[in-house]
Amino acid sequence: MTRAGLVRKSAYQDSVALLTLARDLRTAAGVREVAALMGTPANHDLLRQSGLLTAEAESAGPNDLVIVVEADSESHARAALARAEELLAARQQQRRSTGRVLPRTMESALRQLPGANLALISVPGAWAAAEARKALRLGLHVMLFSDNVSVEDEVALKRLARDKGLLLMGPDCGTAYLGGAPLGFANVVPRGRIGLVAASGTGLQQVACLLAAGGEGISQAVGVGGRDMSRAVGGTMTLDALDALGADAATELVVVIGKPPGPEIERQVEDKLRGLGKPAVVALLGAERGVGPGEGKVRRVSTLEDAATAALSALRRETWTARPFSRDGAAIHRRIAEARAALAPGQRAVHGLYAGGTLAYEAILLLESLAGPVASNLRPHGDGIHRVIDFGADEFTLGRAHPMIDPASRIEAVAALAKDPRVAVLLLDIVLGHGAARDPAGDLAPALRAAREAARREGRTLHVVASVIGTEGDPQGLAAQVAKVEDAGAWVLPSNAQAARAAAGIAGAEL
Amino acid sequence: MTIASANQIALGRLTGAEPILIDCGPARTVMGLTGRTVLHAGPPLGWETACETMKAAILCAIRYEGWAADDAEALDLLVKGEVEIAPCHAAGAAGPMTGMVTPSMPVFLVEERRSGGRAFATVNEGLGKVLRFGANDPSVIERLRWIEGEAGPLLGAAIQASGGIDLRALMAQALRMGDEMHQRNIAASSLLARLLMPHLARAGKDQDALARVAEFMAGNDQFFLNLAMAAGKASADPCLDVAGSTVVATMARNGTDFGIRVAGLGDRWFTAPVNTPQGLYFPGFGPEDANPDIGDSAIIETIGLGGFAMAASPAVAAFVGAGGFRQAVAVTEEMAEICVGEHPRFRIPALDDRGSPVGIDVRKVVETGITPLINTGIAGRRPGTGQIGAGVVRAPLACFEQALEALAAAR
Amino acid sequence: MISDLFARELRVINCGLESFAEELEQLGVSVIHVEWSPPAGGDPRKAALLAALEDEDG
Repeated sequence: MTRAGLVRKSAYQDSVALLTLARDLRTAAGVREVAALMGTPANHDLLRQSGLLTAEAESAGPNDLVIVVEADSESHARAALARAEELLAARQQQRRSTGRVLPRTMESALRQLPGANLALISVPGAWAAAEARKALRLGLHVMLFSDNVSVEDEVALKRLARDKGLLLMGPDCGTAYLGGAPLGFANVVPRGRIGLVAASGTGLQQVACLLAAGGEGISQAVGVGGRDMSRAVGGTMTLDALDALGADAATELVVVIGKPPGPEIERQVEDKLRGLGKPAVVALLGAERGVGPGEGKVRRVSTLEDAATAALSALRRETWTARPFSRDGAAIHRRIAEARAALAPGQRAVHGLYAGGTLAYEAILLLESLAGPVASNLRPHGDGIHRVIDFGADEFTLGRAHPMIDPASRIEAVAALAKDPRVAVLLLDIVLGHGAARDPAGDLAPALRAAREAARREGRTLHVVASVIGTEGDPQGLAAQVAKVEDAGAWVLPSNAQAARAAAGIAGAEL
Repeated sequence: MTIASANQIALGRLTGAEPILIDCGPARTVMGLTGRTVLHAGPPLGWETACETMKAAILCAIRYEGWAADDAEALDLLVKGEVEIAPCHAAGAAGPMTGMVTPSMPVFLVEERRSGGRAFATVNEGLGKVLRFGANDPSVIERLRWIEGEAGPLLGAAIQASGGIDLRALMAQALRMGDEMHQRNIAASSLLARLLMPHLARAGKDQDALARVAEFMAGNDQFFLNLAMAAGKASADPCLDVAGSTVVATMARNGTDFGIRVAGLGDRWFTAPVNTPQGLYFPGFGPEDANPDIGDSAIIETIGLGGFAMAASPAVAAFVGAGGFRQAVAVTEEMAEICVGEHPRFRIPALDDRGSPVGIDVRKVVETGITPLINTGIAGRRPGTGQIGAGVVRAPLACFEQALEALAAAR
Repeated sequence: MISDLFARELRVINCGLESFAEELEQLGVSVIHVEWSPPAGGDPRKAALLAALEDEDG
């Protein structure tokens, strides 16, 4: 086995481009492992840890591209590197052939696109705050997709944004809808009369898809980043966005999605909502305060699905109550009972393998309340027989693509869990839409099938329960994706909340 | 004052400058260059670190002035400090290649009408074995003496009779005719000759002298180069006291170091080793024959011409590499990335009359890593070889990084 | 004003993942992609100097 590498100076490539390159090179003959990274200090460590740090790579800087290949032989490694050079040249050629010269800075971009009003920033975290500040100073609203931005930077940026009457969505804002345009990871949903403010990308996606399924659409959806409603940040953008939605004639109802903020901010948000003069639904997952009709037109709910159904009911002027399952409840309970009966002794645990962080969090809350303690990478101090892993968390995405784009990390986990005799249910989210993988269900299906088969050979029934977050209008097509997952033996429920409940039920919970 | 406002002021001075050619006369009188001084191109230079071409030129210049009979004597004078060398820029001049200016040489006088500032440049000797390429034999001195005795005075008389020549208007017109004023000056040289012709004809009584000067001008496609440089310096120098500005006011090379000066930092030079130009070579020559980058002619890029107006000059685009015109447009866009604005007067017809990028911003150079691209002739590294080709060279990033430190410290 | 953002046509400057710009373009949204690379070649010290010398808001 040999290692070979190349370094291209001053040849910055974005992370998705690099991962795509690495994935392509991995398919080359005789190649065992590939690293394609920029030479940042963090990436140096990564290379060192995985034993891929070559001599040339040592001297590479943050603006230099490093490609290292581990292959069966010298000639295989060389061939792979040659292919890398080809791919890089082809990319450059493609750019040049359009004849258009791309701007190198945001300022010159503004000169080339006068009247630009939004900067969509997804550069690595180390430089994200500086770019956001530049954009705000240029008078642009900002969608800050990048994460790893400090709280101090976030506070300063949002202060600057507020001073200038601008919106700063994020950091770590993965989804938004502005003027009908889906931004970031977003599903194809109709334009409509519901405005949303979300501290979570996949949370917004779940609600948006269910609204679309219910025949409604989105006027505007603003992502405020997971920390906006924290005490440090003070809910700045949440409150500003709510003001704007209040003033927006096209918005007839407002939905707020997040985790419980401190009591002070919760109060401010509720006051704001009450003063909007429009019906509102608030879904703060894990809130201590009870759900209920709230005061006046503000309804509080505890799951993402409930946010959607409550909003739909409010618009139809129907009374609303939370329901655990949307389809034939009796049939569902029967299916749960059958599933339970098929388990082998010792099979007790639900294992959630999640791509969406908020969806994982919602699952934790439901499993906890129904089935008992849950261990999770989102809950460092918790423990329990049930486990929920958010594969989109930082520790899993260092050097790898997000699970919404690349299924590799979850596929590995599925295979491992097939051998675990304590596992009764695999619980999954499959997220569609722009930005997501081309065929998420197709990517996972073989692994799911294989895992169920492996369990069956050992006398166990490994249940797979899933929700597919998407719409028919999505590039992947909701119905086709659901069919693929069901074909692999999974039970697909209409929402993450229902899937979590069904999983809990199969594992023995009283529903 | 904000940096942005300071830069706008600097840009305004740079692009609003009115450089007028008003005379030609001995450096001694016109520049006040008394004493035994040899001016050279680029930032301050130490003799020990000078390249061979520069050394040969300096020794020849000393002999031309008659301060020494041969090179050994000339060297002795330098070592003893009886002859000083100094940058052209320090005395108000700009010189191409080795950039030699000595007291007896006729220099053009360009006056910038708005600031009243002055800039000077010698009469371009022509091609082949010339002082600016470090040629060091009797023919060089003979030609210099002829320029001193005949061409200079005649040109001076003609220029005075003309009442002054608007160099900015001339360059703007030449730009529309395919010149970029650095590698290519043929249209500008022709326009100048046309303007001076009647005055030359009337100024001198001696038909033969007139004919010699006319042939001299007609035979040199790059005659206007030195004037472009003087006009450039006259236009850029007024920026040098705009406090807080990050705009580059000077770019110059001495064959060893590349130096820049910045509008908000006055007379300070920021230097780093020069790069070596690359491009196309005349038959018999190759990259190994090239002299490191040399000359004050980068002042032309400093005012938005030369490499910055490459798209206006298709003939020159070939030297940038494969891709021709498209590549030239890409270069113009690239330079626009590091500039504060567009020139209101110097417009590029092929780009829908867009103004050439002008006002290099030190901050943007460091931010993007894009360094100014300079169109340049390539000199031979063996003294006296002359021009061996033409191509492009980049200013070293280190100059701008140093300037950035100074700008931050000055705030 | 945020209401402007809601009312006007979205015109996006994309700085980061090129795939975002490609998708927006396919959807018919006006977008320009910035060929971004870390400021000052990734040197944090120089980046800090640049930040200190940034244009203040007018």
